[in-house]
Amino acid sequence: MSADVVLSSLANGVMLGGLYALVALGLTLIFGVMKVINFAHGSLMMLAMYATFWLATRAGLDPYLSLVVTLPVAFAFGYAIQRAVIAPVLRAPEHNQLLMTLGLALFLDNLALVVFRADPRTLLVAYSQTTVPLGPVRLNLPRLLAFAGALLISGLLWLFLQRTTLGRALRASAEERDGAALCGIPVGRVYAVAFGVGTACVAAAGAMAVPFFYVSPEVGNTFVITAFVVVVLGGLGSFPGALVGGLLVGVVESLGGLYFHGSLAQIGIFALFVAVLLIRPAGLLGARHA
Amino acid sequence: MRRRAAGLGLLAAAAAVPLVVRSEYVIGTLTLMCFFAFVGQGWNILGGYAGQFSFGHALFFGIGAYTSSLCFLKAGLTPWVGMWLGAAAAVLVGLVTGHLSFRYGLRGAYFALVMLAFAEIFRVAATNWDYVGGSFGILVPLQGHAPRLFQFGDKRYFYYVILAMLLAVTWAVARLERSRLGYQMIAIRENEAAADALGINPYRVKLAAMALSAAVTALGGAFYAQYFSYVDPTIGFGPGNSIEILLRPIIGGAGTLWGPLLGAVLLGLLGESTRGLVKSYAGLHLMLYGAILMAAVVFLPRGVMGALRSLGGGAAERARA
Amino acid sequence: MTLIEVRSLSRRFGGLQALSQVSLALGRGEILGLIGPNGAGKTTLFSAVTGFLRPDSGSVWLDGQEITGLPPHAICRRGLARTFQLVQPFPELTVADNVMVGAFNRTRSAAAARRRGLEVLALTGLAPLAGRPAHALSIGLRKRLELARALATGPRALLLDEVMSGLTPTEVRETAEVIRGIREGGVSIIVIEHVMAAVMGLSDRIAVLHHGELIATGSPAEVAQDPRVIDAYLGEPLADWSA
Repeated sequence: MSADVVLSSLANGVMLGGLYALVALGLTLIFGVMKVINFAHGSLMMLAMYATFWLATRAGLDPYLSLVVTLPVAFAFGYAIQRAVIAPVLRAPEHNQLLMTLGLALFLDNLALVVFRADPRTLLVAYSQTTVPLGPVRLNLPRLLAFAGALLISGLLWLFLQRTTLGRALRASAEERDGAALCGIPVGRVYAVAFGVGTACVAAAGAMAVPFFYVSPEVGNTFVITAFVVVVLGGLGSFPGALVGGLLVGVVESLGGLYFHGSLAQIGIFALFVAVLLIRPAGLLGARHA
Repeated sequence: MRRRAAGLGLLAAAAAVPLVVRSEYVIGTLTLMCFFAFVGQGWNILGGYAGQFSFGHALFFGIGAYTSSLCFLKAGLTPWVGMWLGAAAAVLVGLVTGHLSFRYGLRGAYFALVMLAFAEIFRVAATNWDYVGGSFGILVPLQGHAPRLFQFGDKRYFYYVILAMLLAVTWAVARLERSRLGYQMIAIRENEAAADALGINPYRVKLAAMALSAAVTALGGAFYAQYFSYVDPTIGFGPGNSIEILLRPIIGGAGTLWGPLLGAVLLGLLGESTRGLVKSYAGLHLMLYGAILMAAVVFLPRGVMGALRSLGGGAAERARA
Repeated sequence: MTLIEVRSLSRRFGGLQALSQVSLALGRGEILGLIGPNGAGKTTLFSAVTGFLRPDSGSVWLDGQEITGLPPHAICRRGLARTFQLVQPFPELTVADNVMVGAFNRTRSAAAARRRGLEVLALTGLAPLAGRPAHALSIGLRKRLELARALATGPRALLLDEVMSGLTPTEVRETAEVIRGIREGGVSIIVIEHVMAAVMGLSDRIAVLHHGELIATGSPAEVAQDPRVIDAYLGEPLADWSA
């Protein structure tokens, strides 16, 4: 196998990894702040992808530019969902929380199926096939843009969490919910913001993937299962973990596809997922021993 | 006494339906209801009674469906036997996944996810393994009316088979409820540390629950494969299937004997009524199921049976959840 | 005649030495009271003895057999049962069913377990509440249920963790009676208690823990006079001041 092919695959893996990282960031933020595993994450991504698709085909908006519209709407949508659907079960037994997000996923996925039908759509933009040279390899422009976008958004998110008051409030609520409430932090609203931000992240990832991926009601699920693997690998609730994990999984998947039959790589990733859950679930076994 | 009479009455009514109703559509609907009640009861053993929620029960379903179909396709073995081989294979896989999960103390969301991951592993493996049909799955060769091969020309026979299976599993779970293992499973669900302190080995009991649950679910999978004469990786192992399996017992009431049946009836009626309403929309009934699940979590956190029990007031007789 | 023997048990949590070389023994048919200020390590000792915690060093012996490091369920099977300081009922089960779970420790038969359960309920005065769900019980009754459930496992030794705290004086007296009755039935008991009058009157011997160390053992009268014990409960500055 020539070095160029490997490098190309590596580059693709990194670019895809950036997207995975962004999806995982949203998931890990939501989990980190309110300890909820959002099974509907993929559905939200899928909805953003459809929105981007329609904006492009009906209003002629470039997918990357339409982020200006999609991101705030996604945030608002996520905020609303948290208040309406998640908040009521935050103090319920854990399995009820799981079932709630599962129900949401079921609802949204099939809503899309009913409204948009099952046929996958693809969007071709003027630069869908453009490549950018980088050393010996040629990088696909949309993927490169998506990667850059993912990095940018991750950076902004980090700044938000570390440098703004609201970000600090988020981190405080994540660590000690009742303590934060006692300090006057409106924890309910903070949670909603976290969910909104998480939704915006995964919406951005979806929107940026539209030029080189297909759009269908179950597309979110493929991404999200990978996101779960990334999040568990990097540690639930860990920001750097999601980034590193995302890049790692993207590269492994890409290189794995080169050397092995594609499905083996997939199975390998799931096996890794299981192994990590068993051996190093990173602090959340929730032991209930007296 | 009244309960038993009611139960027998229901049974008699259920058995009599095909004699009175000619509509294949109605029989088909009832068959599916019984089927979902059956696999739902399988999930209920592990998720409801032992309290270990699995989001990947399609794993066992698929193993049952594939094993019995493959044995028939490749070796001409009648699915009446093949289904038990499928159950055995499922138990084996269940013991392995259970050992890994419970030995490492996985609980709650982690356990749910791990089961999902295992199911996905099998799905991907099945999709890429030509011997089992790859992504096309397995078409069970039709032999017309061949009772010895678990195939019937008249769909009503299938109804009687699943009805019998449902009866058997209901009886079995009723016995389980009153048995030592049943009490121990429930204790672990309610409070694992306290159960441990009372001499109950959590690992062993959960493993036993897993084995029973896997066997029942696999038998359901084998029935399904024969009923529809077809199984593929998504139908067999897909997450959609896992969700469908757990939906009925959750809505009906996890950890109760009648929960899965109640859930199957309610969702079945709902599904059929929406089908009548808007014929060409695939996925509408699932969308409604999603909405119902969300509503149930908020308003009926212990399912319909749970709500009925609360309404029924005191714990006079067995107020076992 | 020793039923339980704890030898030099130590356990630390990070920077805190919760148990430091604790050695004590429970004789057959004895009621041993375990007292000490909050945070002395009493519950930690129970957890280490019953398998919920692994000691860093030392050993635990039940009737001549070592049980150090065994899991809780194995220790219970061998005849050592405990209750929890924060009661842990099975909320959705009835009182009778709760106790039956314990009874299954000695029998496989549901009928036998039910019989034993009802016996224990009678012994502990809970019979009228048999059909009530556990979550509907008051704290005092929940503690009684916890006691009954542990008793149903058919133990040779019973470790009771603050079964009387939070109870009314009448309830305390009733519980003390029940505990005496259990001892009459041949079960040896260690009682952690803060209700001084009750534990002093109930116990044959008292052991005092303070900062993870055993500072005194003896009859209730001896221990009550022990200056080290008085110090521990009142705190050093006060002792200095009175000296």
